[in-house]
Amino acid sequence: MPRRDGEGWKAVLTPEEIRRALTRISHEILERTHGGEGIVLLGIPTRGVYLARRLAARIGEFEGAPAPVGSLDVTLHRDDLRLRPARALQRTQVPPDGVDGKTVVLVDDVLFSGRTIRAALDALNDLGRPRAVQLAVLVDRGHRELPIRADYVGKNLPTAYREKVRVRLAETDGEDCVLLGPALPGQVGK
Amino acid sequence: MNRHLISAADLDRDDAIGILDTAEELARAEGRPIRKLPTLRGLTVVNLFYEDSTRTRTSFEAAAKRLSADVINFSAKGSSVAKGESLKDTALTLEAMGADAVVIRHPASGAPRRLTDWVSGRVINAGDGTHEHPTQALLDAFTMRQRLAGGPDRHGRGLDGVRVTIVGDVLHSRVARSNVLLLATLGAQVTLVAPPTLMPYAVDTWPCRAGYDIDAELRKSDVVMMLRVQQERMSAAYFPTVREYRRRYGLDSSRMALLPEHAIVMHPGPMNRGVEIAAEVADSDRSTIVAQVANGVTVRMAVLYLMLGGAAEGSA
Repeated sequence: MPRRDGEGWKAVLTPEEIRRALTRISHEILERTHGGEGIVLLGIPTRGVYLARRLAARIGEFEGAPAPVGSLDVTLHRDDLRLRPARALQRTQVPPDGVDGKTVVLVDDVLFSGRTIRAALDALNDLGRPRAVQLAVLVDRGHRELPIRADYVGKNLPTAYREKVRVRLAETDGEDCVLLGPALPGQVGK
Repeated sequence: MNRHLISAADLDRDDAIGILDTAEELARAEGRPIRKLPTLRGLTVVNLFYEDSTRTRTSFEAAAKRLSADVINFSAKGSSVAKGESLKDTALTLEAMGADAVVIRHPASGAPRRLTDWVSGRVINAGDGTHEHPTQALLDAFTMRQRLAGGPDRHGRGLDGVRVTIVGDVLHSRVARSNVLLLATLGAQVTLVAPPTLMPYAVDTWPCRAGYDIDAELRKSDVVMMLRVQQERMSAAYFPTVREYRRRYGLDSSRMALLPEHAIVMHPGPMNRGVEIAAEVADSDRSTIVAQVANGVTVRMAVLYLMLGGAAEGSA
């Protein structure tokens, strides 16, 4: 049910679709990792953290034991720091068992240029040596600038480079939805 | 945040809490196998020290190195300053070397402010004469928040209602000056206690109270900060004998017993054990003196990151 508000934002994922996508990703993670053996879910702040927690909770429902979940702030590893004023840091919280030898699933809301994920891989490298790293995203909007791809995708969303994608989650924004916004001249952003 | 950090008064409440919150997140990186962060790679930080210092200089050096900046240490001893080079000429040399930030300690109050006219990089005051030492005040505030506003929800919080008593040589203390300004910004209630000869003349214009009865003040303090008796800055006799100073203003265990249960004892270092603070007080578990040094590195990392990590104002 496409919905457009006055400013031209269009809903591309409804709460039900988000719920189903996360359920499917949880099953895919369990399949690919043989029942979630040794996995750690690390969400990238802000919204990736809440998505990671939801995935961990679902995996707990399916398998009985919740998956270890944490957060990974990538701010200090970004390559575009000098392009904007200094940003506030977010929480990095790694489950007590660490990441060494684990299969780490990075979780983010939108995959766009791939630069955040590159920063996340660097940040992860400083935390330890995972056995494997996988990537789960709610929306893949294309326009990659680096050789990075997602292992689990909620929805592939073809977009124009200058269009905007906004993910809203109940935990931070009071509702679940993904919105696609109009291309604004001279402005690029997710 | 301002372009330079000269005075604790340069920071508004949001800036100050932003620095404390950033330091809080950086402190979490301390336990990791790799503590170095790539954030300031390619930037040069110059430590320009015209006065002796171990703590502050090594703390700034460690902070800059953990953020991958290149560090040039420049101390007045053994440099061209000993041959009579002026601050301005030294500044122009540093400018030619491409310093992105200059951390300066100088015996003359106001030298860091003057330096901002001569270098294009950021200037951070690491102590100028009897004027200010803003990063010390930040690390003190960080330590207070850590010990008193405990729990995971201290993010975003100030020091509202915390009662801080600063005791000793306020007149010569840049630490006291910066602390009074910053703690007032963060909402704490500060009381200064000093011998009348060591109380600054215009203290009534400062955002704090002045008192002379240490025992009465200690009973209602959450934090007591003992200042060093700065013999090297005293050209006149401000008190009759060290023994008398210790008896009237020193913190020994019987005086520490007057403090409320939860109160902490701070000292910016270096200590004169047995003068302003007794050894058993300095080594007690109420003392945060070692924690202050450790926190100094993370707080200075936060300052360097927030000043150098992003785009300069105007170019964003």
